[in-house]
Amino acid sequence: MALLEADSVGFSYRGGTPALTDVSLTVRAGRNVALVGESGAGKSTLLRLLLGLARPTTGEIRFAGRPLTRGRLREYRRAVQAVFQDPYSSLDPRHRIGRIVAEPLRGLGLRADPARVAAALDAVGLPADTASRYPHEFSGGQRQRVAIARAIVCDPKVLLADEPVSALDLTTRVRIVDLLASLCAERDLTIMLVSHDLGVVAELCRHTAVLESGRLVEQGDTSQVLGSPSHPYTRKLLASVPRLAR
Amino acid sequence: MSLLTVSGLSVRSGPSVLVDGVSFEVSPGDRVGLIGESGSGKSLTALAVTGLLPPGLTATGEVRLDGVDMIAAPERQRTAVRGPVAAIVFQEPLTALNPLMRAGRQIADPLRRIRGLRGEALKLAVRDALREVRLDDTDRIARSYPHQLSGGQRQRVAIAMAIACRPRLLIADEPTTALDVTVQAEILDLLDGLVTRHNTALVFITHDLPVAARVIRDTHVLRNGRVVESGPIDSLIDHPEHPYTRTLVDSARRFDAALERTARD
Ligand SMILES: Nc1ncnc2c1ncn2[C@@H]1O[C@H](COP(=O)(O)OP(=O)(O)OP(=O)(O)O)[C@@H](O)[C@H]1O
Ligand SMILES: Nc1ncnc2c1ncn2[C@@H]1O[C@H](COP(=O)(O)OP(=O)(O)OP(=O)(O)O)[C@@H](O)[C@H]1O
Ligand SMILES: [Mg+2]
Ligand SMILES: [Mg+2]
Repeated sequence: MALLEADSVGFSYRGGTPALTDVSLTVRAGRNVALVGESGAGKSTLLRLLLGLARPTTGEIRFAGRPLTRGRLREYRRAVQAVFQDPYSSLDPRHRIGRIVAEPLRGLGLRADPARVAAALDAVGLPADTASRYPHEFSGGQRQRVAIARAIVCDPKVLLADEPVSALDLTTRVRIVDLLASLCAERDLTIMLVSHDLGVVAELCRHTAVLESGRLVEQGDTSQVLGSPSHPYTRKLLASVPRLAR
Repeated sequence: MSLLTVSGLSVRSGPSVLVDGVSFEVSPGDRVGLIGESGSGKSLTALAVTGLLPPGLTATGEVRLDGVDMIAAPERQRTAVRGPVAAIVFQEPLTALNPLMRAGRQIADPLRRIRGLRGEALKLAVRDALREVRLDDTDRIARSYPHQLSGGQRQRVAIAMAIACRPRLLIADEPTTALDVTVQAEILDLLDGLVTRHNTALVFITHDLPVAARVIRDTHVLRNGRVVESGPIDSLIDHPEHPYTRTLVDSARRFDAALERTARD
């Protein structure tokens, strides 16, 4: 089933050249999608459109088969959560972490159950006393994990995650990747992941789409796209991955 | 002669010790890496070294940057040495950039203050600085406010700001996390070139072992605020002594392997 679709989507920022041109992409339930591409290619812009934070200039965004109109945003927000690229600016500095993580629960009219908040923080590897502290008291990677805890606390169906593990060291990254994989397997979560870490993409996503200068230049099974890339940019991307010498 | 000497540096927040007795030295041309897991004290070490700890945190021990005591010296003296000697690329570019100022002006600011550039020369230097970090669309980027830039573009503006004045010591805190691998490779080459050509000393903070291996030599592995292992990066990767270093190496290999498996299937 198609959960989320971008159909021939185009988008321009005010006064700017097109940031996205004729982008068509489908996120099916149970089939995680990775979006990769060079800095400035339009990945975050596409996520913003899929989240309903901006409207496409041309084309259409559909959720569960129907256009994502303003009237449907409330229903949509129940099913979808996001992790933004700049986690710090998405955490309100005046609130304690406990309140920040509970936000989606309150948004859904659910009780801000401290046990659920604690479970989410624990799942991302943050200690129990985290809930009573403020964002500025945490390191970059800890704040990124707070943002992930907030996104998963209400068991969303879709997670749109913009570089959710980029600030995480490898051991913590393994933990988060395992966590996300288990949420997909056990809680019917489907992820759309923006990541420049192709190793993480390979572990989490069956489908990969490659964006270059606002256009989708290649998409398909991850093993196909990363295994025998047909577009020069994808090849360059693979060749540049830093690896440990044997 | 050493440009930066850190000995027995500790950082506390009330009773809790966040950085615990860290010592290392950096001379011109050195490439020093601080690696370690999330929350191990890497960023706080960088902030303490440049005298930029946020209020509420206190540093003890000794930090000498070009001879100036960065813990005890008066603020005026610390500021005087920081600008021309050391520049820092902060972990979160948005916190380093002024949201109300266009990117071009932010880069021009230190060029004017420290290198005394004005007028056309200043404009050219800003353009060069943007090109250097591969922001080729220089005019548009210079005119943009931070929120009008992508994550990787912001990170590169922050790098351009830090290196435009050719500091003698560059502290870069996870400077390439927001960059895709192709741009990342170019930025790593750029940093590498700075050290080779200008004898810049580099303190590179990262959790990414393969990235570290490309630019740094001497490495200190931090865990819970302490240095648990030090040595040349190649021998740390080949023969990690501390269990934590071993986990780091293993996890790096795991993602390498996932990528190779997928590419083979
Ligand atoms: N608010 C804005 N106003 C004008 N231009 C913008 C705005 N936000 C982004 N852009 C431009 O749109 C293009 C696409 O930006 P986007 O943030 O989608 O890139 P990205 O693929 O997420 O890159 P990165 O990997 O660096 O985060 C960039 O060239 C950027 O400068
Ligand atoms: N202002 C503060 N008040 C209290 N504790 C703090 C403060 N800033 C950081 N800490 C704590 O100090 C420890 C070290 O933080 P630091 O930012 O140096 O970590 P890091 O190694 O840079 O991690 P990361 O890789 O996640 O950025 C963390 O456990 C963090 O929670
Ligand atoms: Mg982005
Ligand atoms: Mg840090």
